[in-house]
Amino acid sequence: MVELYLKVAAGGLLIGTVYALIAIGLTIIFGVMRVVNFAHGEMVVMGMYLGYALWTLFAIPAIPAALIAAVVLFGLGVFLQVTVVSRFVGRPQHSQFILFIAFALVITGLHLMLMGPDARSVMAPISFQTYSVGGLRLDAARVQAAATALVMILALVAFLRFTFIGRAIRAAADNPLGAEVVGIRSGRVYAVTAGIGLACAGAAGALVSPLFDAQPFLAPEFTLLAFIIVIIGGLGSLTGALIGGLLIGVAEGFAALLINPAMKSMFSYGLLIAVLLLRPAGLFGGREAR
Amino acid sequence: MVRRERKRTGRPRGVVAATAFFCALFLVPHLLDDAWVAVLTLVLFFAFVGQAWNLMMGHVGLLSLGHALFLGIGGYTTAVLLQDYGMTPWIGIPAGALVAAMVGAGIAWLGFRFSVRGVYFALLTIAFAEFFRILFSNWPLIGGTGGYFLRVVPEDNVPLLSLRGGADHFYYLFFVLFLVGLIVSARLVRGRIGMFWSAIREDEDAARALGVRSFRLKVLVVAVSAAMTACGGGAFALMNGSLFPNTLMGMQMSIQIILAPIIGGLGTLFGPFVGAVFVVLVLEFSRDLGQTAGVYGLSTLIYGLTVLGVILYMPEGIWPRLVRLAQPLRRDR
Repeated sequence: MVELYLKVAAGGLLIGTVYALIAIGLTIIFGVMRVVNFAHGEMVVMGMYLGYALWTLFAIPAIPAALIAAVVLFGLGVFLQVTVVSRFVGRPQHSQFILFIAFALVITGLHLMLMGPDARSVMAPISFQTYSVGGLRLDAARVQAAATALVMILALVAFLRFTFIGRAIRAAADNPLGAEVVGIRSGRVYAVTAGIGLACAGAAGALVSPLFDAQPFLAPEFTLLAFIIVIIGGLGSLTGALIGGLLIGVAEGFAALLINPAMKSMFSYGLLIAVLLLRPAGLFGGREAR
Repeated sequence: MVRRERKRTGRPRGVVAATAFFCALFLVPHLLDDAWVAVLTLVLFFAFVGQAWNLMMGHVGLLSLGHALFLGIGGYTTAVLLQDYGMTPWIGIPAGALVAAMVGAGIAWLGFRFSVRGVYFALLTIAFAEFFRILFSNWPLIGGTGGYFLRVVPEDNVPLLSLRGGADHFYYLFFVLFLVGLIVSARLVRGRIGMFWSAIREDEDAARALGVRSFRLKVLVVAVSAAMTACGGGAFALMNGSLFPNTLMGMQMSIQIILAPIIGGLGTLFGPFVGAVFVVLVLEFSRDLGQTAGVYGLSTLIYGLTVLGVILYMPEGIWPRLVRLAQPLRRDR
C-alpha cells in the first residue's frame, strides 16, 4: 500500500515538473505583458504533434524533439507577437481574450486539417521501459520528460538571471515604464518573452507526446491546467509556477487514486476558487496582487 | 454609449427602422424555409444570451467567462421540473432563472466580498463554471455525462401551455425572449440603475465616493444577467430535448456566448444581435464549406480567421462601425 502511494507521489512529481514548464510559459507572458494566453493549451498540443511527427517521420526521440519544438514555437511566438499581439498589449481583457480564442480556433482548425480528429500516439520503445529506483518502478518516458523539463526550467531561470536580455525581461516585468526610461526596448523584450512562453509550451508538449495521445481537443484542458497552477503559485511568479505544478501533479494523482478519477479536476477547481478568494497573490507569490 | 443610444431611438426615423426590423423578424417563418428559420432561431438565442452577458460586461465592466454555467442551471432546472415533477416550463423557466440568479449572486457576493477584480474575476467565473460542469457530469440523477433526455412531445401537446412544439414555435419563443430581453435591458440601462452601472464601469472608486452603492449594484447585475441567461438555457433545453453538461455548460459554450456581443459591439443594446447574426452565419457558412470541401477542420479554421479579422480591424465591434457609417447619411437630410 505504501509502495502504491509512493509510486503515485513520484509519478505526480514527475508529471508535475512538465506541468510546471507549461505553466511557466503562461506566467512569463503574463508577468511581462499582462496578457493572458488563452491559446496556451493549443500551443502545447502543437508541441505534442511536433513530437509525434518527428518520431514517426525521422525517429527523433522526445528529448531532441522537445528542443526542436522549443525552437519552432519560439519562432511562432516572436512572429505572432510582432505581427499581431503587440497591438493588443494594454487593450481591454475581453479584446485580448477574443484574440487568443481566435488563435486557438485557427490552431485547432489546422491541427484537425493536418492530423485529423483521432488520437495520435507515439509508439516508441521508451514507452514500455521503466527505471527502478530503490525498489520503485518508474516509467522511463516520465522520468526523462521530467528531467528534461527541469533542466529547461533551470536554464530559463539562469537565462533570466545572468544574461542581459533576461535581465531586461525581468526589469520590464517589474516596472515597464522604468525599463523604457533606462533604454530597454519593450518591443524586443515582448517578442523574446512571447517566444520563450510558447517555447515552454511546445517543449512540454513534445516531452509528453510519448505519455499522452495527441489530440486537438486536449488543448482546453492544458490551458485550464496551466491557469490553475499559475494562479495557485501566483500569477507572474516562476517559483510559484514550479511549486504549483508539482503540487497539482501530485494532487491529481492522489485524487484519481482516492476519489472518483472523473472528479479529480473538480478538486483542482475547488482549490483554484479558494486561492482566488483567499490568496489572490497565490500561495507562494507575494510580490504582486490583483 | 448610453447617450448615443438614446438619441438614436429618440428620433422618429429610428423608431420606424426598429419597427420595420421587428416586423421583418416576426414574419421570418412565413417568408423563409425551415433551414433559415432554424438558423435565425439560433441567432435569436445567441442574441438574447449575449444581451444578458453584455449587461455585465458592456454596462458594468465585469468580465464573465463562465456564463454557460447559468445556461446549464436554467436548462437543467426547467428540464428536470418538467420531466420528473411534471411541472410546466411556465414554472420551470422562472424557477431556473431564480436558481441561477441566486447562484450568480452567490458567486458575485463571494468575489466582490474578497475584492476579486479584473482577470482574477474572469478566472473565478471560469473556475465556478467548470466546477459545476464536472459536478453535473458526475450527478447520476440528471444522467451525468450521458445526458438528460426529454420525452417526446405528447400527441395532445398545446405549444402555448407546454412551450414545446415545432420549429416555428421555437422561433417565436426566442423572438419573444429576445424582445423582452431587449426591453428589460434598455429600461435597466437607461434608468437610474443604468447610470450607476456606467459610473461603476468608468470609475468604481469615484462612483463610490459619490455615494453609489457599488457592491449591491454589482451583485444585482450578475443576478439579473444570470437569470436572463438561465431563461435562454431553459428554452434552449426545451428546443433540443437533450442536455449534456459538456456541451451546454462547457468552456466552448461560454466562449460562444460572449463572441456575439463582443463582435457586435460591447455596451450597445443592438450589438449582441448584430454579432449573433454574424457569428451564426459565419459558423453555418464555414460548416457548409468545410463539408462540401470534405476537409475536416476547415470550418474551425475559417471561423477562427474571421473572428481574428473582426477583432483586428473592428476592435470596437460591428454595430458601432455600422452606426458611424450611417452618420453622414443622417446629416445629409
